Amino acid sequence: MDTHDTQSDARPVLEGPDIARVLTRIAHEIVERAKGADDVVLLGIPTRGVFLARRIADKLEQITERKVPCGSLDITMYRDDLRMHPPRALARTEIPGDGLDGKLVVLVDDVLFSGRTIRAALDALNDIGRPRAVQLAVLVDRGHRELPIRADYVGKNLPTSLRETVKVQLAEEDGRDTVLLGAKPASQ
Amino acid sequence: MQRHLISAADLTRDDAVLILDTAEEMARVADRPIKKLPTLRGRTIVNLFFEDSTRTRISFEAAEKRLSADVINFTAKGSSVSKGESLKDTAQTLEAMGVDAVVIRHGASGAPYRLANSGWIDAAVVNAGDGTHQHPTQALLDAFTMRRRLVGPDAGLGQDLEGKRITLVGDVLHSRVARSNVDLLHTLGAEVTLVAPPTLLPVGIETWPCEVSYDLDSTLPKSDAVMMLRVQRERMNAAFFPTEREYSRRYGLDGDRMARMPGHAIVMHPGPMVRGMEITAEVADSDRCTVVEQVANGVSIRMAVLYLLLGGNEPAVTHPRTEEK
Repeated sequence: MDTHDTQSDARPVLEGPDIARVLTRIAHEIVERAKGADDVVLLGIPTRGVFLARRIADKLEQITERKVPCGSLDITMYRDDLRMHPPRALARTEIPGDGLDGKLVVLVDDVLFSGRTIRAALDALNDIGRPRAVQLAVLVDRGHRELPIRADYVGKNLPTSLRETVKVQLAEEDGRDTVLLGAKPASQ
Repeated sequence: MQRHLISAADLTRDDAVLILDTAEEMARVADRPIKKLPTLRGRTIVNLFFEDSTRTRISFEAAEKRLSADVINFTAKGSSVSKGESLKDTAQTLEAMGVDAVVIRHGASGAPYRLANSGWIDAAVVNAGDGTHQHPTQALLDAFTMRRRLVGPDAGLGQDLEGKRITLVGDVLHSRVARSNVDLLHTLGAEVTLVAPPTLLPVGIETWPCEVSYDLDSTLPKSDAVMMLRVQRERMNAAFFPTEREYSRRYGLDGDRMARMPGHAIVMHPGPMVRGMEITAEVADSDRCTVVEQVANGVSIRMAVLYLLLGGNEPAVTHPRTEEK
C-alpha cells in the first residue's frame, strides 16, 4: 500500500463517481458469486480498506435488503517486514459478533501490490476463526506481485511501473474520493 | 520510544498514550480462542528475577509467550548468583547467548539502569521493579485500568487522564508502585494525592508532582480512583506506626469509607492484598474494586511494551552485535 502524500505531478485515474460505480459493481459481483450473500462477512484492512468495506456493505444491504456484517482486520502484528521498520502503531481489529467460522469472508483493501499484506491477513484470519472461504476485493490492482495471490474482485486494474506510486484518497479520511497515480519521490 | 523502559518518568505523554492504545488492541487478543501473535517470533527474552515475584514474572511470561518470543526464566535462587556471580557477569553471559531483551527485577534500586547503561549488554532492558525505585509497567497497567474505567475502552483511545483525581494511600516510603504512579499520572495530566502516615512518607516528597495529605476521609469524596498500597511487612524493620489496628482505622478502606467516594470512583490495589488491614473483604470483593482487572490488564500492557521495544528493527540496526567488544 502506498501512503505517500500528494505528489505534485500525480494525476487522478479514478474520481469520486468512478469509485462509487466500481464499488457498486463489486457488490453485485459478490452477490452473484455468493448466490445472495447470506453468509458473507466483509473485513476491511485498515485504514482505507475499512471505509471501502463499509461502503460495499451498504451497497450489499441495498441489493439484498439484509444487513451484511462488516469489520476490520489489522495485520500489523503479522507483517513479515516488521523488523525492517520501527514498530508501527496498531489499528483496530473488529470481528462481527457472530465470528467467522463457516462464513464467506471477503477481505477488502484499497491497493493490491506485492500481496504481502494479504498473506499477513490470511495468517491473521487463521488465528481468529475458520471461514468457509476467503475472497479478496480491492479497489486498485497495480500488479508487481511477490506472492501467488490474486484478487477475486478488482475495481480497476492499473498497470504501473515500480517508479510510480498509487495513492487512494477517501472522503472519510482525506476529504475526497480519488485514486492518484504519481511518480515516486527520488528519496524512495 | 526509547530502547529501554527503566522509569515511568522517562515516558513522554505521547509515549505513554501510545503504550495504552497499543495495550487496548493487545487486550482484544486475550478474548480470542487463539491468544497468540507471531510478532516476536525468533526473539529471545530473559526474565531475570533477583527478587521473588510470582505475579509480575508470570504476567511478563504470559505476555512474551502471547507474542511468540522464546522465554528464558532466570531466578537468582539456586543460580550462579547465589554462588557470588556479579550482575556484570550474568549480563555478559546473557549477551553471549544473544538475548534480545532482559526483563529485570532486582532488590537494589538502580540495577536495571546500570544494566542498560553500562555497556555490558546490548539487549533492551525492561524494569520489572527495582528496590524502592520504580515499577513502570505496574504504573502503566494502573493508568490503563483507570482509563478503561473512567474514560471508557473505546472513548479512551488517544486520551490521557487529564483532570482525573487519583489518591494513593499507604506505605509511600517503600513503594516503587507509588513513585512510578506519581510520575506517570502526572505525565498523563491527572492530579495525584498521596495519603499516608507522616512516618511512611519519604524525605523530599515536597518535590514530587503531587499533593500530600494525612487525612484519608477528607480526600475520598473528591477522588475518581483510590489506590491502596500494600503495607510491606518485609520492609517494616522499624516501628512506622503503633499498631496494625491503628493503621487500619486511619488508613484502611472499609465499606463506610467506600460509600463516601463518588459513585463512579474505583478502588485499586497492586496486590497482593492484606485483607482486613489495608482493605476489608467487603471492599476487595465489590464491583468497584479492580484488582482482578489489573492483573489481566498487566498482560496487555506488557505485550504492548515488548512490541514497541522489540517489534521493530531499531535495536538490531542501530547496535549491530558484531561490533561488540
